Amino acid sequence: MTLEIFLQNVANAISLGSLYALIAIGYTMVYGIIRLINFAHADLLMVAGYISFYGILIFAMPWWLAFLIAIALTTILGMAMEKLAYRPLRNAPRISALISAIGMSFLLQNLGIVLVGASPKPFPRPEGLVWNIHLGSVSFLSLTVIIPVITLLLLAAVYLVVNKTNTGIAMRAVSRDFETASLMAVDVNKVVVTTFAVGSGLAAVGGIMWSLQYPQIDPLMGVFPGLKCFIAAVMGGIGSVPGAMIGGFILGIGEIMLVAFMPELSGYRDAFAFVVLILILLFKPGGILGDHVVEKV
Amino acid sequence: MDNRKSIKTALTIAFLLVAVAALYWGDNNLSRFQLRILNLAAIFVILGASMNLVIGFSGMFSLGHAGFMCVGAYTAAILTMSPESKELIYYMEPIIPLLANVQWPVIPATLMAGVVAGIFGVLVGFPALRLRDDYLAIATLGFAEIIRIIVTNTISITNGALGLKNIPSEKSLLFYWGFGILTILVLKALINSSWGYAFKAIRDNEIAAEAMGISVFKHKMLSFSIGAFFAGIAGALMAYLITSIDPTMFRFLFTFQIVLIVVLGGMGSLTGSVIAGVVITIAMEWLRFVEQPMSLMGMDIPGIPGMRMVIFSLLLLIVVLFYRQGLMGTREFNWDWVLDKLGIAKSKEREVS
Repeated sequence: MTLEIFLQNVANAISLGSLYALIAIGYTMVYGIIRLINFAHADLLMVAGYISFYGILIFAMPWWLAFLIAIALTTILGMAMEKLAYRPLRNAPRISALISAIGMSFLLQNLGIVLVGASPKPFPRPEGLVWNIHLGSVSFLSLTVIIPVITLLLLAAVYLVVNKTNTGIAMRAVSRDFETASLMAVDVNKVVVTTFAVGSGLAAVGGIMWSLQYPQIDPLMGVFPGLKCFIAAVMGGIGSVPGAMIGGFILGIGEIMLVAFMPELSGYRDAFAFVVLILILLFKPGGILGDHVVEKV
Repeated sequence: MDNRKSIKTALTIAFLLVAVAALYWGDNNLSRFQLRILNLAAIFVILGASMNLVIGFSGMFSLGHAGFMCVGAYTAAILTMSPESKELIYYMEPIIPLLANVQWPVIPATLMAGVVAGIFGVLVGFPALRLRDDYLAIATLGFAEIIRIIVTNTISITNGALGLKNIPSEKSLLFYWGFGILTILVLKALINSSWGYAFKAIRDNEIAAEAMGISVFKHKMLSFSIGAFFAGIAGALMAYLITSIDPTMFRFLFTFQIVLIVVLGGMGSLTGSVIAGVVITIAMEWLRFVEQPMSLMGMDIPGIPGMRMVIFSLLLLIVVLFYRQGLMGTREFNWDWVLDKLGIAKSKEREVS
């Protein structure tokens, strides 16, 4: 492997890792607070992708406006989802909430198929955002730099919100102990909705950047990234924001490097994440930064 | 009491005889299309009931059913296909010599499909069943995907992404529903055995069950691998019914349909799974019209592909949100209920209570 190709792979690995990290945050925050795998989180990527697609192509908006509208609408969708599909089941058995999440995810995917058709569409790459950078003999897309930078900025913002603001303190209180927090006059519903809003907003940004990086969108585009990001969240320790970040980077880098160094295994690329998940669950169920709690009577 | 018991046995036998006669009549009188749908219904009944054993009776939220089906379907297909058609189909890479010349009769191949899927169930269950709730769900989902990816990549055994064609076909209602009825009888006996009580105890409270001396891991493993066994059988039947299989068939979407059957029928009710299995299968076919172009009073309405799944996802959401018990809750059909309604042969025990 030449140095150029290696560097190319490193660049790909870092941008994939940042995308995973960004999407994983949404999972980890929601799971940390209401103990639910929000299966539909993955489909928010798709929703954001399509809104920006139609915004740019049909309504001829400037790309930044389309992206902003996509992020806003996806955030609203995420909040609505919480209110309609998850809140009524908050005290129900966990299986019910999980089934509701799966139903929501399938609903979004199939509504997508009904509304925009199942065939993939090419996502436009705005010139102001995507160009080629030449560094010596290595050339790469500007996205390779933009994606990690935006990811790091957003992660820093989330970290500050969670650790320094009152909302963040409330979030951490609710995730530690739902009932006690509500007794302490924390408005639990507001906290949960805020969490969903933040998670969905990040998913929207992730979905837009995903569509730019892999410029083809279809209604099922969220499924695999979604599963992998959940795995990243578990790997880092579910409920932990820095953990999700670490997990996302490890997974993204591992996946690209697996294919780069062992091309004969490239057919198993999608299995890699699941194997990692199972190993983590078996040997360190709490994840890298999480603490594993054993249920007692 | 004895009186009532013998009446119930007689009723069960009579019901089975009527069922066989009805199936025989159906085989000779129904159209091919109707037969196909009814056979598909039998397969979904097996899938629903076996998944209900795992989810509803044992409380393990497993999403790996499609993976075990995939294993069963491939096992049955490879075992029953003729050596000539194997030679034709495996043109990318020849099939490994061990499997090239085997050709088993249908019934042993089907049972073997169940056994192989059951073995996979044990292999998957060994690591996965240490987990609970959503972790278990995502791990089993992961295993099902891994199985699918392995099947896609082991070309000299499974023919990879091209899939298998020309699988010997079975058309008779008796064959599919025979397996369906047997499955229900076996599962019913299992649920009313001491193993079944242990499953339910674990579902209701794992820690208490363990404290009572029930080996939690052993029973979870049993339930999980028995579920996988029947999923394998259903996979084999699926292979005979549609005669061509490929790895993309066994996606998560398939598991979703089975979850829908289990939830709609009621988690913890075999009767519910049977009813929901038949209803959902027929509805799935009937709703095809939504996806096809049609002209209504002179207006041309274009078909909407994907509409069926929108309807089914909404149905699942509505059931889970507003009607969590499903059709049957945890109730089962039994003859006592029928006899009570008819007021025949009240047992003494019942009168006392």
